[in-house]
Amino acid sequence: NAFEISSLITILSYLISFSFQQRIEIHKLRQGDNLILGFSIGGGIDQDPTQNPFSEDKTDKGIYVTRVTEGGPAEVAGLQIGDKIMQVNGWDMTMVTHDQARKRLTKRNEEVVRLLVTRQSLQKAVQQSMMS
Amino acid sequence: MSCYSLNVLEEEPLGDDNWGETTTAITGTSEHSISQEDIARISKDLEDSVGLDCKRYLGLTVAAVLGLLVFLTPIAFILLPQILWRDDLEPCGTVCEGLFISVAFKLLILLIGTWALFFRQPKADLPRVFVFRALLLVLIFLFVFSYWLFYGVRILDSKDTNYQGIVQYAVSLVDALLFIHYLAIVLLELRQLQPMFTLKVVRSTDGESRYYSLGHLSIQRAALVVLENYYRDFTVYNPALLTASKSRAAKHMAGLKVYNVDGPGNNASGQSRAMIAAAARRRDSSHNELYYEEADHERRVKKRRARLVVAVEEAFTHIKRLQAEEQQKAPGEMMDPREAAQAIFPSMARALQKYLRTTRQQQYHSMESILQHLSFCITNNMTPKAFLERYLNPGPTLQYDRDRWFSKQWTLVSEEAVTSGLQDGIVFVLKCLDFSLVVNVKKIPFIKLSEEFIDPKSHKFVLRLQSETSV
Repeated sequence: NAFEISSLITILSYLISFSFQQRIEIHKLRQGDNLILGFSIGGGIDQDPTQNPFSEDKTDKGIYVTRVTEGGPAEVAGLQIGDKIMQVNGWDMTMVTHDQARKRLTKRNEEVVRLLVTRQSLQKAVQQSMMS
Repeated sequence: MSCYSLNVLEEEPLGDDNWGETTTAITGTSEHSISQEDIARISKDLEDSVGLDCKRYLGLTVAAVLGLLVFLTPIAFILLPQILWRDDLEPCGTVCEGLFISVAFKLLILLIGTWALFFRQPKADLPRVFVFRALLLVLIFLFVFSYWLFYGVRILDSKDTNYQGIVQYAVSLVDALLFIHYLAIVLLELRQLQPMFTLKVVRSTDGESRYYSLGHLSIQRAALVVLENYYRDFTVYNPALLTASKSRAAKHMAGLKVYNVDGPGNNASGQSRAMIAAAARRRDSSHNELYYEEADHERRVKKRRARLVVAVEEAFTHIKRLQAEEQQKAPGEMMDPREAAQAIFPSMARALQKYLRTTRQQQYHSMESILQHLSFCITNNMTPKAFLERYLNPGPTLQYDRDRWFSKQWTLVSEEAVTSGLQDGIVFVLKCLDFSLVVNVKKIPFIKLSEEFIDPKSHKFVLRLQSETSV
């Protein structure tokens, strides 16, 4: 029916436009002795959430992607600046300290990390990257 | 509004003695001509100084007589029984003689206290009676009168033989007098010490204003305080500085004339309103003139001031103070301060005069006064800048010669009675011939102060980090 279809469309568009989660698989690159992923993170429960330029809610203490190096493994995998990392290989990243997040991403025995990221709508991402 | 006259200075010099013969012809060319203002000033001086002197002396004599009476009363109380019925009196024992000593010392203290409090040179003539003082005099009079009455009836008439009782009665009188003296101190001196009001004093001619804090005073006494501070705080009144604004004001209205085309019927208010509207609409460039004129004047003053400072500094380098040993060596060239001042004055005279002319102060400083000031500065080892301090900026009225004050006779204009106390919102005006001081009274607000205790250990801080790690 028209009602069901329209409600389905609104739900889907809500999900798509405002926040959609994406699974990103990054293959680490070996540089000398280190395995690098090619992006920088900011945030954490021990950091100051009001200085985070990418979060919509300024009390959000999650881990955000602050920089993506060009041509790096993260960019290739589709990670974008401003993404909020929700999970890394199944580990939750919404309530971790900055250092714990770093450790979970840079485990030496892992060659592949599977991230679950959340991204704000495209327009807002463009606006924020232009403003910052 | 009621007007009263307030003489601040006690003697007024009469000025030109020939004024009685030359008042009718006021022409610019006659030798002894005086302007209308001077005549008004001189006649006012004369008539006021005669009337108020009598009042002042009357008050003083009454107070003096009463004081003498009061002081002699206890002594009379003690001596009269001894004189009148000495034989009937009981002998005076030790207690009684002790009381003599106490009476003597208390009277001495009372005498010193009264001298300290009341025997002062009156510094001003106030229009109305000083209420508290009058009240105290009346109180003392009634008090002493009632004591004499009791003494006369119960002791003199009945010839009481209990001498100790009489002496104690005299002691109680002296004690009560000391308490009245205490009351006098509190009413006359202490009550107005705590500041309760702030007075804003604005001079009507140039808007110079000052604020003063006062306690509970009557309006006339507050006016007195304001005037005493006026001579010290306000820069001297200079009529030469006001001519610029007056000429500007004249120019504003001078360009417009009103012609009544429609016929007779004198609509005065309509005319003036039309003039004001037309003046406002006219493209007036007088603000431009004012701006450039003021900027020009500032530049000129600064230039002249720089020249003056340099000239004076150079002049001061020509003299050197001789030490005691050197004084014996060269007796011929030694000069005293006056001669030294006269020697270096010509080199700075022109620059100083030009500066005084530019700032319109030239009538306040005669050559004699400048020389005197120069020799004073040389004697006291002052630097050129210290010498110039008197001339660079106009100082308070006290600094100048009395003839130049323009403000000796004051009139207090007030809507309330001048003996009533100060209250919030009262406005009174102190007028003298050339300008007036408008005084606005405001009450100091009631302050609510609360306390907050901060534990010194409660100052704690937290780091706000914003790190970025690359992985």
